[in-house]
Amino acid sequence: MIPLTVPITEEEIRSLKVGDAVGISGVLFTGRDVVHKYLHDGGALPPGVSFKSGIIYHCGPVVIQDEQGNWKVTAAGPTTSIREEPYQGEIIREFGLRGVIGKGGMGDRTLAACKEHGCAYLHAIGGAAQVLAECIKAVRNVYFLKEFGSPEAIWELEVENFPAVVTMDCHGNSLHKEVFAASQAELAKHV
Amino acid sequence: MNQSQRSKDVRSLPRLPPVDTESLTTYDFKMQSLRASLLELVRRTSAEIPDDVQKAILDSLENEKKGTIAESALKIIERNIEMAKQKSQPICQDTGSIILYVDCPATFDQITFEEITREAVREATKKGHLRQNSVDSLTGLNDGTNVGPGSPTIHFHQHRSPEIHVRLILKGGGCENVGAQYSLPNEKLKADRDLKGCRKVILDAVLQAQGKGCGPGILGVCIGGDRATGYEFSKQQFLRTLPDRNPSHELDQLEHDIFKTANELGIGPMGFGGKTTLLGVKICAANRLPASFFVSVSYMCWAYRRQGVVLKPTGEIDKWMY
Repeated sequence: MIPLTVPITEEEIRSLKVGDAVGISGVLFTGRDVVHKYLHDGGALPPGVSFKSGIIYHCGPVVIQDEQGNWKVTAAGPTTSIREEPYQGEIIREFGLRGVIGKGGMGDRTLAACKEHGCAYLHAIGGAAQVLAECIKAVRNVYFLKEFGSPEAIWELEVENFPAVVTMDCHGNSLHKEVFAASQAELAKHV
Repeated sequence: MNQSQRSKDVRSLPRLPPVDTESLTTYDFKMQSLRASLLELVRRTSAEIPDDVQKAILDSLENEKKGTIAESALKIIERNIEMAKQKSQPICQDTGSIILYVDCPATFDQITFEEITREAVREATKKGHLRQNSVDSLTGLNDGTNVGPGSPTIHFHQHRSPEIHVRLILKGGGCENVGAQYSLPNEKLKADRDLKGCRKVILDAVLQAQGKGCGPGILGVCIGGDRATGYEFSKQQFLRTLPDRNPSHELDQLEHDIFKTANELGIGPMGFGGKTTLLGVKICAANRLPASFFVSVSYMCWAYRRQGVVLKPTGEIDKWMY
């Protein structure tokens, strides 16, 4: 497993290729449907928050608050990324992201943005909410909680050895495109 | 239709014969017991995968090629299932649409049951068994309770037994989004109005769902019906267990054929490539209009959350159904 620590350099991310297993440590920001549309529509990140050289995680976690007001993430797997396809490429460019964690893969526009700006799509295991929540060591902050609701808020999370697989790299390769083409050809033989 | 019109129509309904109340069991719910039972049903459904599904996942792990990312995905899935059960925390953070199927006798008080279910859902959300998962579609607001129009959804069905069966499915949004409804004939897929045509569109749904619906998945399919009942019956197939057999010979064959063929496509867990694309296929048929021929496909992710309880007349859990 290749260790990947945020902030990530362009050189580091460009050295990764499809099929590499990575273990991510450092700070992640969650962001899903509402956040992507908001940023794409020209919305600003809260003061003090920067995605530069960082990672956005397509995730709406289950978070509970104890009596002292501390947040605890009790389940945190990835959500389906393709819904962010209309926005992701521009957000990678605009905010300087080096990584996008999600599931299911993304389309050609995101793949092109990954190549151009030095970003990779890191596939986490969908549904593995417990394994992934265990890698979250602390909740540092939450933004837009009231406006967007808990799953859609931006959660600032500290993670250690968060497991993911590179399925779209900076060199124009996408495992998702490969598997789709191969399975489509195989299906043609069966129908 | 205005209110008075509607009342008049209801009054004009033919009178039903009087009910012989002596022969019927009465239901004296202790609110507290029923609420606790439903809360426990939600907790267990969210945290524990049914045995038949866990077995299918373990079998597929055995079968997957060693050292591949497909195998490592299944290993993480296996570990996740164990952890969720042990920690009593959600298997998946998307705790899904809350869909209840209640089989009950004619005397059953559905109104009270529904009220208590809503309370149990609020409570389960506070405790973190359910994510704050229900959003007002017009305002975008999430009040954090999981209770609102359409949530939870309860399907009541009367049966000639004094028992109360409550089955719960929590179905995540990722897999719900890849459900598909085809209207036959479908020229693009060269699918005619026959079982061969049904097979083509069902396999197309598997191809299109790859990666996005958290495979390996389980298909629930309805051939026929209208657009609403087609999807509804397709979802009800998820109440069946994976090893069960379809009583209809044709459908049983079709289930096995789709299962075998889909697992030869090389889509694999999470769409990473590999041998395990589906864990099961369940198909039913409903009558259709001569003009319509729908094939409705619902997709369930590997995090197949399905549980059920038989309740005592007082509302306590008598036994678990799966």
